[in-house]
Amino acid sequence: MTNTLRFLALLLAALVTAGCGSQKSDAVKVGMNIEMTGDIPAVGASSKNAAEMFFEKVNAAGGIPLAEGKKKKVELVVRDNGAKADQAASVAQQLISSQDVVAMVGPNSSACAIPAGEIAETLKCVMISPWSTNPKTTMDTTANVPKRYVFRGCFTDPFQAIVLAKFVLNNLGAKKAAILYDVSSEAPLGQATLFKDTFTANGGEIVASETFTTGDKDFSAQLTNIRAANPDVIFLPTYYNDVPLIAQQARRLGITTTFIGSDAWSSPEIIKLGGADVEGSYFCNHFSTQIATDEAKQFVADYTAKYGQAPDDVAALTYDACGLIAEALKEGGKNDREALREALAKIREYKGVTGTFRFEPGSGDPLKSAVVLQIKDGAFQWVTNAQP
Amino acid sequence: MTRWFKQPPPRGVLLALLVAGLAACFAIEQFGLVDNYVRFVLITLGINIILCVSLNLVNGWMGEFSVGHAGFMALGAYLSACVSVKWLGWGNPLWMFPLAVVAGGLLAGAVGFLLGLLSFKTRGDYLAIITLAFLMIVKSGIENIPYVGGPRGFLGIGNHTTLLWTAVWTVLTLWAIRNLVYSRFGRGIVAVREDEIAANAMGVDTRKAKLAAFVVSSFFGGVAGALFAHQLQFINPSVFDIVKSTEILVMVYLGGIGSLGGSILGAAAFTILAQVLQPLGTWRMVILPLILVLLMLFRPRGIMGMREFPWFVPRREFPAKEDKK
Amino acid sequence: MDYFAQQAINAVQLGSIYALIALGYSMVYGVLVMINFAHGDVFMVSSFFCFLLLLVLPVPFVVALIIVMLATAILGVAIERLAYRPLRNAPRVSAIITALGCGLVIQNTTLSLSPYSQRMPELFKPVTRQFAGVTLSSLQILIIGVSVGLMIALDFFIRKTRYGMAMRAIAQDRISVPLMGVPVNQIIAMTFAIGAALGGAAGVLYASAYPVISATMGVLVGWKAFVAAVIGGIGNVRGAVLGAYVLGAVEVFTVTVLPSTYRDLVVYSLLLVILIFKPYGLLGRPAVQKV
Repeated sequence: MTNTLRFLALLLAALVTAGCGSQKSDAVKVGMNIEMTGDIPAVGASSKNAAEMFFEKVNAAGGIPLAEGKKKKVELVVRDNGAKADQAASVAQQLISSQDVVAMVGPNSSACAIPAGEIAETLKCVMISPWSTNPKTTMDTTANVPKRYVFRGCFTDPFQAIVLAKFVLNNLGAKKAAILYDVSSEAPLGQATLFKDTFTANGGEIVASETFTTGDKDFSAQLTNIRAANPDVIFLPTYYNDVPLIAQQARRLGITTTFIGSDAWSSPEIIKLGGADVEGSYFCNHFSTQIATDEAKQFVADYTAKYGQAPDDVAALTYDACGLIAEALKEGGKNDREALREALAKIREYKGVTGTFRFEPGSGDPLKSAVVLQIKDGAFQWVTNAQP
Repeated sequence: MTRWFKQPPPRGVLLALLVAGLAACFAIEQFGLVDNYVRFVLITLGINIILCVSLNLVNGWMGEFSVGHAGFMALGAYLSACVSVKWLGWGNPLWMFPLAVVAGGLLAGAVGFLLGLLSFKTRGDYLAIITLAFLMIVKSGIENIPYVGGPRGFLGIGNHTTLLWTAVWTVLTLWAIRNLVYSRFGRGIVAVREDEIAANAMGVDTRKAKLAAFVVSSFFGGVAGALFAHQLQFINPSVFDIVKSTEILVMVYLGGIGSLGGSILGAAAFTILAQVLQPLGTWRMVILPLILVLLMLFRPRGIMGMREFPWFVPRREFPAKEDKK
Repeated sequence: MDYFAQQAINAVQLGSIYALIALGYSMVYGVLVMINFAHGDVFMVSSFFCFLLLLVLPVPFVVALIIVMLATAILGVAIERLAYRPLRNAPRVSAIITALGCGLVIQNTTLSLSPYSQRMPELFKPVTRQFAGVTLSSLQILIIGVSVGLMIALDFFIRKTRYGMAMRAIAQDRISVPLMGVPVNQIIAMTFAIGAALGGAAGVLYASAYPVISATMGVLVGWKAFVAAVIGGIGNVRGAVLGAYVLGAVEVFTVTVLPSTYRDLVVYSLLLVILIFKPYGLLGRPAVQKV
């Protein structure tokens, strides 16, 4: 019996210590809610690398200059959401309520960003998702107005759908498309629906539309259906970890059609996992190392020197998201959420590595241009640009 | 002289402690006495206790192996979310929230009743599999209902789960299950575990006992799910999968089967370890099951298997006081 | 018609892999009356074994298969010796929980060591051929062939050899069989070894068919194979095979008619219906309980 009491006492002590964990430090805390484990860990790793690189630079220069000549260093608080929506919501709660971060970067995947955005909006804390393209992330769906505290660093899916649909119809001259997408995940579902609408509105024809659920490994049934419909291209708006399996099974079934992807393809892991099966495919992206501006070239060089590999779009967008936060902190002058929010919304021209940022009043979505890349010879090759 | 905690407490002490505890919870809520993080963990602890105790009723006292508890959670979570967001969203949370929670619990209880009916014919491992099938059916079923968001989840749930409500429901659960277990039904439930055929032969209504166990267990599982939904403000079907069920199982067997105190211990240990070990990242989920395996090897019934804090046991269970010699 | 034939081949391929894993569950349950929940993760680890092996030493398919099966067998026996044997006389639930815990440890250790999914190098180049409107890949034939071959070998082993007879004897009566001089510990270890080895074969074949391996893939596949074993009657070797093919067929054909989100719903509803009408599975026999 006393053993149990001792055990209880230990537990209580642990709880108290855990609760007293958040000390008040003098630095500005920025939270990261990213996918370090789970289905898409490469995305989280890219994000973390870029953020760490950015804030190291800031801190090396003494910190962010606030009002009254004070300079405050930035402390990055990174938490893993495991690419799971509920975990992302819980992490958002923790970062905002208990870690007292002034702003939150991420989540990247739309399935995580949407619920985290709800929490950020309710708790009135700025959130910038570097990579989430689903319109719902910055939109308050019940009232149908844009959210006040949630921003993003990239273009949105409606724009991406137009870019891809036009590319397929005009550049590739293809009229018949088939779609295979994950019906249980926000981003692929949204992208598939928008592509369907845009493609048909511009004269194309969707000959087959198949779905699968997250975690599925076997697509032979769906691919057999697609094969029978004989499309010119197959649209696969799904994350980089699913594409290799789909591509390989399609090739094994004798399907030689070109694949078209969304920005969810953007990690270099897709080449490592997909190999020859994804060769020749096109996809839409936010960033290409090949057409970089001067800022971008510097960023690419720094990132490659520090981490030994070229940055992908997630890294570039996260770098810009951090830059936006730093800029807003500087303009706002205070380590305060409201001040940051006001300053961020007022940014008219911020030159990031992925383009120039400009937030229209009332909207958290910047106007950005897109690129179309092709996987050729085992690398991403730039094909064309698309302006909004 | 037996130690003070090995005897039932003097009359009124328990009630006083209860009132004090609830008042403390109320004060914490009103005056923000603790860190938001600690409040979050405490609410999670309460929910875990409810889950653990309710599953212990079926797995511990009745000796079955149900892996479907997350399914009851899901039912409670979704129905309560529908009530509080879609149907009665206009209502004052003071009466609307408990209504939503009770509704969630009732739905879970109703389905638990069906499961109880199924348990008449099947026992042991086959019943375990039926509970697994039930869990998967609930999860898959919800994924195919667009009204509640399907696989992408249910957004926009209000943050109604306060520390006070969690405490109230935890106390209610403990009280209900304690009274059930020490009642005639409770003895029937234990009899079913020990030897169902003998129990039947002795005239114990095993059917009623099984139904009682399943319905009460699933009702409170649904309650926990409702509280969970209103804490996280977002639910989706993949939360309520076999991994969640496994977590609840770990809590039950860690703390000890057939013991209220054990359930509280198991839930507390699990919740706190999960938070404290967070810096370890994925290695945390290596350490936790390892602790469990080691525990099973040395104490197969859990920390407090089959034993109980005397303060939970009703007065009449104790032998009459003997004269000191 | 050829569409149906194509899907049928997919179903048989999926069923074969499930069968190999389901056999592991059934055999262990037969001798120990215990659900070895770590089996799904053992299957997952075997594909990582194969991945590591091919990274170090590119060997042909058959050699890789044998090495991985051996390695997995050793792992299976190790788990039995360390985690299950001490609990042989403890309440059954403890053994099951231990199995669950072991599975979690294996899964999360692998996850911590390899957070990213890995691409399995190709073991051989499959040849595809069009055959009366149906595309057949030599990989599919190989998977089905190896699986069926192993199953027949197992059936022969259980029915015709002395060790197999010992296994069946222990499955029937664990208390008095040791009194007859049967080395129970050895036979049980052998059962685990064979079950794990079959799981290992499944891991190699699965990784060949779906070459992106991740630490969490054992969970879903493991539970599905377990369901297959139960459908057929857990403890019954032939039942496990039957259940696995039934499951494979249901999974594949459900997706052809319904949206993929309905697949799990149909599979588990079917399981429920089968268990309501045949509570011991398709080929299972009710265990006589002595009062």
